Amino acid sequence: MPWAQTLDQIFPLAKHWLMGFVPFQLRTFVSAVLSVAPVLLVFPLLFAVTTVLERKGLGRIQNRYGPNRVGPYGFMQPIADGLKSLTKEDLVPRDADQVVHLLAPIVLVLAAFLSYAVLPIGRNMVIVNLDAGLLYFFAVGSMVELAVFMAGWSSRSKYSLLGAMRAIAQMISYEIPLVLASVVVIMMSGSLSLVSIVDKQSGYTATLPHWFVFTPWGLMGFILFMIAATAESNRSPFDLPEGESEIIAGYYIEYSGFKFALFFLGEYLGMLATSGLAITLFLGGWAAPFSFLTWVPSYMWFFSKLLLFIAVFIWIRGTLPRLRMDQLMNLAWKFMLPMTLLNIVAAGVWNLMGEGWGRWLVCAVIVFGPFLVLSGSLKKRQRLQMRTYRYAE
Amino acid sequence: MTISLILLAAIAIAAFAFAMFMKNAIHCVLALAVGLVGIAAVYLDLGAQFVGFAQVLVYVGAVSILAVFALMTTQRGDDQRADPGRRQITWTSLSGTAVAVGVFVIILLSVLSSGMGIRRAVDTPTVSAVEIGDALMHGYALPLEVLGLMLTASMVGAVIIAMPQKGKK
Repeated sequence: MPWAQTLDQIFPLAKHWLMGFVPFQLRTFVSAVLSVAPVLLVFPLLFAVTTVLERKGLGRIQNRYGPNRVGPYGFMQPIADGLKSLTKEDLVPRDADQVVHLLAPIVLVLAAFLSYAVLPIGRNMVIVNLDAGLLYFFAVGSMVELAVFMAGWSSRSKYSLLGAMRAIAQMISYEIPLVLASVVVIMMSGSLSLVSIVDKQSGYTATLPHWFVFTPWGLMGFILFMIAATAESNRSPFDLPEGESEIIAGYYIEYSGFKFALFFLGEYLGMLATSGLAITLFLGGWAAPFSFLTWVPSYMWFFSKLLLFIAVFIWIRGTLPRLRMDQLMNLAWKFMLPMTLLNIVAAGVWNLMGEGWGRWLVCAVIVFGPFLVLSGSLKKRQRLQMRTYRYAE
Repeated sequence: MTISLILLAAIAIAAFAFAMFMKNAIHCVLALAVGLVGIAAVYLDLGAQFVGFAQVLVYVGAVSILAVFALMTTQRGDDQRADPGRRQITWTSLSGTAVAVGVFVIILLSVLSSGMGIRRAVDTPTVSAVEIGDALMHGYALPLEVLGLMLTASMVGAVIIAMPQKGKK
């Protein structure tokens, strides 16, 4: 249907129309600005909506109303929060490292925004289609750890240093399962470019889509990716570094005012970006779930799936208790790392066996059998004893 | 020598110079991270996307964090400054400078005698990740296996050093 296609491509068409007015010399610059500006506008707005949805959602899970004073049902709360953080006094400890203290939230928000450059938000709607797009995403995401360290060290406070050490240990531990869980997608789609990964998942058999999540290795990869993404963005149940009841606020305890808001912005943007990547890798990106629904614009499907992810994140936050540090580390190294490696084996077997129900059975056994065995073995209670080190006495 | 290469190289060199001369060790490590990002930018300017992003992922994301952890657990804060009564020029610093100059001269000579130095025009190769993977599996399979052995040995060593001692009270 032509009107559906126009609606689907309305943003690229608008950009081409606007570029017609630009003289030749400024063309690349204006093109870059026009591509980047919508992302800079939309995702912070989505962050604001997420904060109020989270507070109301958590409130309802905990049998109370969330914020309901500002605006209809409390939905103007982000505006009040934004005004508060802008007008609060910006306290910096006297002994703190001034330059690094200022740079830490800036580097965090920079790394969070940079990762949106390769996400395909709709058909023909990606800022830059890099050939190594997935690698770019992980490379930029690894700059967040440096920002966390900068924040923790420069504050010159024991709590923030402890929080930073724990946060960095958690983030580097979960980065490995995150990358390995997406290696299966690279294997099966044969490319690092996110646009071609989405293209591989287009197509429908009997109105059902070809998304990677509907295969045994894809399902396990998706579950592992989401657990690792929750841990990477320091989100409950992995929020020990920033838990309000444990270490007050961890590595951003000495920040106030707008820099504190920038930390929150960076964390939520990272969460949204990783969710966007999970959607691109496993859930078919901007593709519709059924073949009779392809008339809905592609970006609507992307944002619907993103809102679904936000709802699941909020749900998990309100339901599960926080993991202790050693439980967290055990989960990363003893459970998720072997599971991701087995998942890669399962994807290889899937590729080598022919079409048919045989490979479904074999891959499901390879993936879910060890899952049951490993999760049972981790439930054994460990005897906690005093730690002694062989070489450090 | 395009203008972008000159700019990026200047940024990287300046960052590494800061990494050598700053008084605060943490500032040195952060300047080192900036310099490594500068080198990654040079790779990207040359069109090697895979190597450039792998440089950021490995160096800035892992090696810098390693240096940062080492500093975090051993530093006492900014109280450690160099003793002002110490002599600046010692045998150690002279021999270190001599070694650095020697390595620079060797690298300079090898670069000048290569294709870039003789200004021989070659068509820029486009290496994609697929070709890198192909080369790793076919031509460079032995170095890949040796790398795997080395990584396994280092991981086993790290686990042994950090393992709690059983049975000794």
